[in-house]
Order: sequence, then C-alpha cells, then structure tokens
Amino acid sequence: MTGRTVTGRTAAGRAAAGQAVTGQAVTGQAVTGQAVTGQAVTGPGGTSEPVLELVGVTKTYPGSPPVSALASADLRISAGERVAVLGPSGSGKSTLLHILGTLDRPTSGVIRVTGRDISALSDAEVSAIRGHQLGFVFQQFFLLDHLDAVGNVALGLLYRGGGARQRRLAAIGALEQVGLGHRLGHRPPELSGGERQRVAIARAVAGQASVVLADEPTGNLDSATGAGIIALLTEIASEGTAVVVVTHDAGIAAAMDRRVEMRDGRILSDTRPCAPATVAAGTPQRS
Amino acid sequence: MPRSRLRAGDTLRTSAGSLRARSWRAALSALGIAIGIAAAVAVLGVSASSRAALLTELGAEGNLLTVGAGQDFTGAPAALPTAAAGMVGRIPPVQSVAAVGYVPGVTVRRTAAVPAIDSGGISVLATQTGLLSTLGGSVARGTFLNAATIHYPAVVLGAVAARTLGMARVPPGTQVYLAGQYFTVVGILRPVPLAPEIDEAALVGFPVANARLGLGGHATEIYLRTDPDQVQQVAEVLPFTANPAQPEGVQVSRPSQLLAARAQAGSALTGLFLALGAVAVLVGGVGVANIMVISVLERRTEIGLRRALGATRRQVGSQFLAESVMLSALGGVGGVALGAVATTAYALATGQAMVVPLPAIGGGVAVAISVGLLAGVYPALRAARLPPTEALRAG
Repeated sequence: MTGRTVTGRTAAGRAAAGQAVTGQAVTGQAVTGQAVTGQAVTGPGGTSEPVLELVGVTKTYPGSPPVSALASADLRISAGERVAVLGPSGSGKSTLLHILGTLDRPTSGVIRVTGRDISALSDAEVSAIRGHQLGFVFQQFFLLDHLDAVGNVALGLLYRGGGARQRRLAAIGALEQVGLGHRLGHRPPELSGGERQRVAIARAVAGQASVVLADEPTGNLDSATGAGIIALLTEIASEGTAVVVVTHDAGIAAAMDRRVEMRDGRILSDTRPCAPATVAAGTPQRS
Repeated sequence: MPRSRLRAGDTLRTSAGSLRARSWRAALSALGIAIGIAAAVAVLGVSASSRAALLTELGAEGNLLTVGAGQDFTGAPAALPTAAAGMVGRIPPVQSVAAVGYVPGVTVRRTAAVPAIDSGGISVLATQTGLLSTLGGSVARGTFLNAATIHYPAVVLGAVAARTLGMARVPPGTQVYLAGQYFTVVGILRPVPLAPEIDEAALVGFPVANARLGLGGHATEIYLRTDPDQVQQVAEVLPFTANPAQPEGVQVSRPSQLLAARAQAGSALTGLFLALGAVAVLVGGVGVANIMVISVLERRTEIGLRRALGATRRQVGSQFLAESVMLSALGGVGGVALGAVATTAYALATGQAMVVPLPAIGGGVAVAISVGLLAGVYPALRAARLPPTEALRAG
C-alpha cells in the first residue's frame, strides 16, 4: 500500500520535475538574453547616449482577465543602430513598437527619447517629440492618395511649423535620397508597392529623425522589392539614424545588427552579431 | 523642447486639399446649406427689388396731398367749407386741385329690386371734372365725367365698386339704382393706388349731387398736386387755407408716404420664406455634421498617420473643424450666388431693377459659417480624441 503510494508520488514528482526542467531551460535562455542586454549597456550604450530607452516598461490592457501585452521590457537603442524586433503575432512586438514610438503610453515604466523622460509630458509635447525625433514606416504605407510624392513626404514636416517651400525642398531632397527623384509628381496610385514604401521612408527621414520605426515594412511587398527596402533602411542607419524594424521574417532580421526576440509580451533574447556564439545557438531554436 | 506648430494657412490648405480630394461629396453636402441660403437671399432680394420699384414709382407721386376735415360724430367724413377747394387752388405752388364731397345715406345697387341692405359698401362721392388728372388715374372703360355730364344723372364707378356691382364693361344704357333714381354709367376707373377710397366709390358731378342728392356743395376731401420741391411748405399752410375757422380739425396727408411705409414693412410671406430657408440651412448643417462624422470614421488611418507625424489633438481637431466650416462657407457663397441669380431672373421678368440687400449677402455667408462651426464641433472632437494606435490599427 505504502509502496504504491510512493510510486505514484514519484511519478507525479517526475512529471512535475520534467516540466520544471523545461521551464528552467526557457528561463535560462531568457537569462542569456538579459546577460547580452547587460553587455549592450556596458558596451556601445555606455559610450553613446541611447536615443530611445525603455526601463521596466509594462503594458496591460484592461479586461477580465487583464491582458499583459508587454511585461517589464528593457531596451536601449543607440544612434545608428539597426534593430530587428522578431516574434510571432501576438508576441507584443507591435505594442512594443507603439510604445517606442510614443503612440501609446505604458502602464508602468520609463521611456526616454533622446534622454528625455516622456511620462511627465503632455500629449501635445509627446506629439511634438514624434514630429521632431521619430519617423514611422508602416506595412500599409499610409500615403494620402490625393497628394503627390512630394506632398506626402512634405506631410512629414507639416507639424514642425516650417514654410511650405522649405518643406517641399526637403521633401524633394529626401525623395532623391531614396531613389525616387524621377517620381516627384506621381501620386500613390501611380506608384508600385516598392516605390510607395520608398515614399513612406522618405517621409520618415525627411525631418532628420533620430529613430525610424518600421512596422512590417516589407509585409505587402514581394521578396525582391522587400530586400531593396531593407537595404534602404540599413543605408539610412549608416547615416546615424537608429532603425527599428518589427518583423516576423527571420531573413530581414538577419540583415540587422541586433535582434530582439519577443514572445508572450516578454523580450526573450537580445542578440548582436558581435557575439556570434549566441546567434549560432539561437538560430536553430527559432526555426 | 520641440513644439508641434501648424500655421493657420497650412490648416486651411490641408482642409481644402482634403475637400478637393472628395469634391463631389463636398459639393453635395454643401448643397443643403446652399439651397437654404439661396431661398433666403432670393426672398430678400425679390422683396427688396419690388420695394425699390414701388418706391421709385411713388417718388413720382410724392407731390400728391390730400386735405380732409376728419370725421363727424357719426363716423362719416366731415364737411370742409364750400370755398376750401378754391382757396387751396390759390396757394402758388399748387398745380391742380380737385374736391370730392361724400354724399351721406345713399346706396348704389344694380336695380331697385336689390334690397337696400345689399349696398356692397359703395359710397357715393360728388366730384369735379379735374379729379382724374389730379390723381393721375385713368378710365378702364367709357369716359370720365365732363363739364356736361356733371349736370346729369351720370355716374363713373371706381374699380372695386364696378366689380362689386358685377360690371366689367359699360354698354350704352347701363344704369345703376342710386338714391332712388337710375343713373347712367358712363365709365369705369382703373385702380388708383394713392387713393383707394376712390376705387370703392360711385362718382357723380357736384351739380347733380347738389340738385338731386341734397348735397350742400360741401367738399369732404380735397386732392391737390404741388410743386414737388415745396410739398412740405404747402402741407404746412393747408389747414389754415382749407378751413381758417377750424384749422385744427383739418387733416393733411401724403398718401405716397403711407404706401411707402407699408412697403417698407416686411410682409408675412417674406417671414415664412425666411423661416423655410432657416429650416433648410439647419437641415443642411445636420447633413454637413453627418458627412464630417463619416469622414472621421473613414479617415482613421489618416488621423493616426498625422498623429504619428507629430500632429497634436488640437491640430487634428482644427483640421476637421476647418473642413466643416469651409464646406458650409462654400454652401453659403454658392447659396448667395444662387439667390442673386434668382433675384436677377425675377427682376428681368418683371422689368424691375435688381436689388440684393448687402445684409442678406453678408448674413447668408455668416450664417453658413456659424452653422459649419456648430456642425464641425462634434466630428472634430471625435477626430481629436481618437487614440493614434487605434487609428493606425484600422488600416
């Protein structure tokens, strides 16, 4: 009687232990990621001021039960960095991007844009920071059909108070920079998907943003066109603008210097190409 | 600390661009307000044009004066002295004079068979031959009384009196039963706008009235024309001239002034049309509010994009408010133009001068702009309050 009971207990214990082991393994990975983050802080982050910084940021959507979209995220992005945020849908990467882009406010935690904590700022002040420091690129391009390419790019400067002529000149410059100097007067319906996304990128960089945040920028494009867009984004980063690309495409992520992997609202790993061992260990697990 | 700045000109340009991008929708939603404003402007324009035409016409009649002795204790016109008309005629600036004498207690009927009670309210006035030229009236049928017929039982009917008696024409031998005798109808007058009392009268000569109707030769009303530049001066001396014994009982009036005052007062119909116009503008305003709410829903991604590009809530709201005001102002300007066209068409058709009152133009546009402001408040608030993340998800 006693023996049977013991055996049963042992079986249950084994099952529990097995689960625990798996859990520990995952936690271990997370720890590795955190360690890398730590490296980043002491590495390049230590020498240059981060342009975008999240400290212990959580985002919980009210409901029953409340949905935790982002749990205690820490992230420092420096000037000129190319960052890929990877994860399956529902992993919280869009929430992360919205919070990085100050489009959404976190439930708790601190966000600093070029060193300034935005939690105490009014909505108008945060809007101004978006207009001056941040550029956005969306999967659906979000161009206004009734404006030509120059008009759409100039829209990126509209809320900074410059003159119309100045804005147009800057817009033309940005369009030439993305290789659309021959398409200035075309409206979005007259442009190909790749060209539209280039217009959107020009709009994001026309105002010399510190950070460009791209949400699945190649999601509506074929792979060849998408590769061109990614090449353009990396090129932008080489001029000092930090580029954050949210994607679920590992191929795109490979083109970036740094990958932030997300799952279930948590940052699972944060890896850099300068630590090849971590990348090698991480890649097969992801696929 | 950076600040979002949007110049007023850029707000207007942005809103105008959005409206241009949906020009058909903009035109249709502005139409309601345009129709309302057009109705109001056209009504005000048409009545102003008619009034202006009437006043021009009356200006030529401004030198007509009437002198009366008021009413006696029975309510019948009181008598002026017999010499009054002659005395008035001797005032130097007076150009022509004609007196009429009210014959009391006399009815006019088609025949003796008509009961006396059915008098039709026609009064009998004794008159001088110069009456018609002094009043500037004319006969519609037959002739006016002349130096011969004033001595005989002949009668000329005013326009209303002739209608009351059922007479449209005067074949020879037409008679009316007047004070127990038959009088021959020799003519029918056209309406005399300045002296409507003549329209309702049967006119006979003074001599025949004195002889057959027992009138003592007294005039009760004197019509006179003066030098147009001295109307006021003549009016001042008239009471003493007409009845030196009792100048305070004499009433001097200038009929053109009375008519002009009546023309100035807005008619009830104008009020009704203005109310209809106001209702149309209100309905148009609701239409604009509706289209703006739909616009906000349709353009969620645009709103999200603008917020991402640095627009503040206020800037997004003011863009939609400006669109609403522009839409309504467009309707207002279109409505004023439409109303002016309608007024012109009316003026051309009636041969009057075209007058569109300035307050109607300014008021029309101002009303449209206020309606646009009111209609735009709610959609603008909705646009401003839309969280950027939600707006961007919609795409």
